[in-house]
Amino acid sequence: MVLSDVQDLLRCVLFSGEEFMNRPVTYGCASDLMSDVLAFSAAGALLMTGLVNVQTVQTAHIAEINAIIFVRGKRPDKKLIAFAQGKGIPLLGTPYSMYEACGILYRAGIPSTMKCGQNVSTTNSA
Amino acid sequence: MDSPFSRSFTIQGKNFPDAGNVSTEIKTMLKELGVDPAIIRRVAIATYEAEMNVVMYADEAILIIEVTPHVITILIDDRGPGIPDVELAMQEGYSTATHEMREMGFGAGMGLANIKRNSDEFTIASTVGRGTTLKITITIN
Repeated sequence: MVLSDVQDLLRCVLFSGEEFMNRPVTYGCASDLMSDVLAFSAAGALLMTGLVNVQTVQTAHIAEINAIIFVRGKRPDKKLIAFAQGKGIPLLGTPYSMYEACGILYRAGIPSTMKCGQNVSTTNSA
Repeated sequence: MDSPFSRSFTIQGKNFPDAGNVSTEIKTMLKELGVDPAIIRRVAIATYEAEMNVVMYADEAILIIEVTPHVITILIDDRGPGIPDVELAMQEGYSTATHEMREMGFGAGMGLANIKRNSDEFTIASTVGRGTTLKITITIN
């Protein structure tokens, strides 16, 4: 799967980075907490977030994130779009909620890159 | 890169619009030096978290990075309020962040733990009323 496939699946608006739409997408992560993105993501991941500010793009650049998808219909301003273009990070926006967007991509075969749940039991012990 | 390389940066406290620029410069510098991308990512994350801490809590800091073929050492020495209980501050989830810091996606109590996670060696020393010093060592190979 490439970024343009994700754009179709999530009915995304493309704000910037048309030249990067052939980037492969192999895993994703989602958070509004940038320290969690820094702690638990991996290089090359797709980031879904509801946080729309300069630190979202700075974090993506530092963590080698492939592209940012803003959820819940959020839109970056022109200044943020220009900043992301300078960093080579595509910005997209989906009308879906974070939960829905993650579910759609997970069902399409894009696993999570976040490593925080590895020790969590999958059975309910209650 | 055969000989040691060293560079220093100044980080201004409360300068939220420029937060992250020093870490970005360091990332670019390490790329130009031909350092392994996985190492660069660890250095960039550690310095970015440290830079955010300075911007959020301190008045000013000096960051000195030294790169040799085998090890990268980063010293961040800030002038600021210091940390009363370092052990508590190191715990994931503990935070004294303001609403403004949280709005930027930080202040969730992950910063120092993230720095340690990306370091091979990490030391922190703090004096209340004077400031905090971090030393981060990341081994190459």
